[in-house]
Amino acid sequence: MTQVTVKRLWKEYGDQVVLENVNLSIGDHEFVTIVGASGCGKTTFLKMLLGIETPSRGEFLIDGEPLPAEPGPDRGIVFQRYSLFPHLTVLENLLLGLDLRGAPLVGRLFGARRRAALEKAHALLDAIGLRQAAGKHPGQLSGGMQQRLSIAQSVICEPKILLLDEPFGALDPGITADMHELILALWNAHKMTIFMVTHDLKESFELGTRLLVFDKRRVDSQAPDRYGATITFNIPLKGKRAAS
Amino acid sequence: MRRLINQQPSRAGGLVLSFLPFVLLAAAYLVYSNARLSANPGDKLLPSPATIASTIHQYAFEEDERSGEYLLWNDTLASLERLLAGLGIAAVFGLAAGLTIGVLPYVRAVLAPFVAAISLIPPLAILPILFIVVGLGETAKVTLIVIGIAPIIIRDLALRTAELPAEQIIKAQTLGASTWQVATRVVLPQMWPRLIDALRLSLGSAWLFLIAAEAIASTEGLGYRIFLVRRYLAMDVILPYVAWITLLAFSMDWLLRVVRARAFPWAGAGG
Repeated sequence: MTQVTVKRLWKEYGDQVVLENVNLSIGDHEFVTIVGASGCGKTTFLKMLLGIETPSRGEFLIDGEPLPAEPGPDRGIVFQRYSLFPHLTVLENLLLGLDLRGAPLVGRLFGARRRAALEKAHALLDAIGLRQAAGKHPGQLSGGMQQRLSIAQSVICEPKILLLDEPFGALDPGITADMHELILALWNAHKMTIFMVTHDLKESFELGTRLLVFDKRRVDSQAPDRYGATITFNIPLKGKRAAS
Repeated sequence: MRRLINQQPSRAGGLVLSFLPFVLLAAAYLVYSNARLSANPGDKLLPSPATIASTIHQYAFEEDERSGEYLLWNDTLASLERLLAGLGIAAVFGLAAGLTIGVLPYVRAVLAPFVAAISLIPPLAILPILFIVVGLGETAKVTLIVIGIAPIIIRDLALRTAELPAEQIIKAQTLGASTWQVATRVVLPQMWPRLIDALRLSLGSAWLFLIAAEAIASTEGLGYRIFLVRRYLAMDVILPYVAWITLLAFSMDWLLRVVRARAFPWAGAGG
């Protein structure tokens, strides 16, 4: 069970208020899509969840515990780009999370544990359709293949929460449908909570079980930084949760 | 007619063109050497190809009368030992320090300005200090090379480390990586090709420091020989030695480039 709770959260940089008075409660296995204009704090919100930004005021809790101030294995992330390791092959990229967590010193698994990890990795490679490309380096893959690998790379670690920062923004529209299918399948198979920032309204309605809209309630034209954005709409959606 | 920027030589044409400056240089040498020698057969400044060839034969394939050594090979071996020791130590040191500075903000805060300051000391200016402190032996020469190029390698690798996309480092942490694991499994493997690039760029300086050290205090080595025979205006020795040093440096650069391309195909072209 994963419960994300946000209470009276503020984020300020000096005089600039980015987020003000954000309140939110997200239950287990939700698919939260986040939309809003540029610069309205949705990426800042995601960065706080990730642990690379800290709230100025208020509480940000996961399962009742305050968020750690650095990224950790309970929160996976897929960025728009650069989430893969160029020096590792597709298979090695996928194995990395298991390697790191299983072998603190050498960062590589051996023997029976490696075989178990390989089995898991190959199953995921099949799921994302990259079995044929297992020995290639990320630089040789198309953008869509890279994003599928990046998602699988996070999912293999079974994070409680998966964060997606405009993961399909740089892809051809034709590929996006496949990517939606993949992310929904993984979400239903692994039962994690997903937060996805997107620019695509249609996508946010299709995928989400909950849609958050970030916007500024008040704007002072004399001091545009005086008021921050908050969640102006919090809409429960039908989503594509598989019957269980 | 197409613009000049769009006109490309063919593959064969490019090869011929790349030899052109060398051929022109050799031709110019021959013309001037011939002219000087016909005016004064005893001229030493631009020796004829025949004289150079016989000198090369004497240095490379005949035992020296006094020492009983093959001078060219002896000098080459001595110089290469110093150069490779210097490069090797500088590489190990540069990689370790550069990576640590690049990865750990606290180490960066302490060491980055210090290394920047150290790298601005002209190494030749402290050569006398080295001779005083560690003596005139091999250590001084190797140390000069290390002091000369290590700071540059450290700064370069620290910069390259800092240039890795922040997304990569964050992603690694979400996969459970500790600081040690980020350094060894994410950063270090990506720094190997960068280290080779840094070494290639340092090769010229390394040779410079080597020859400077050999010229001042040595009893063998390529630089020593050149400065020794300078007293006799022995251009028939100096010219082939300079060409030989150039060839050695060029081969090392080429070798490093090939190793980089073979071992790290994912890293893109080096340059």
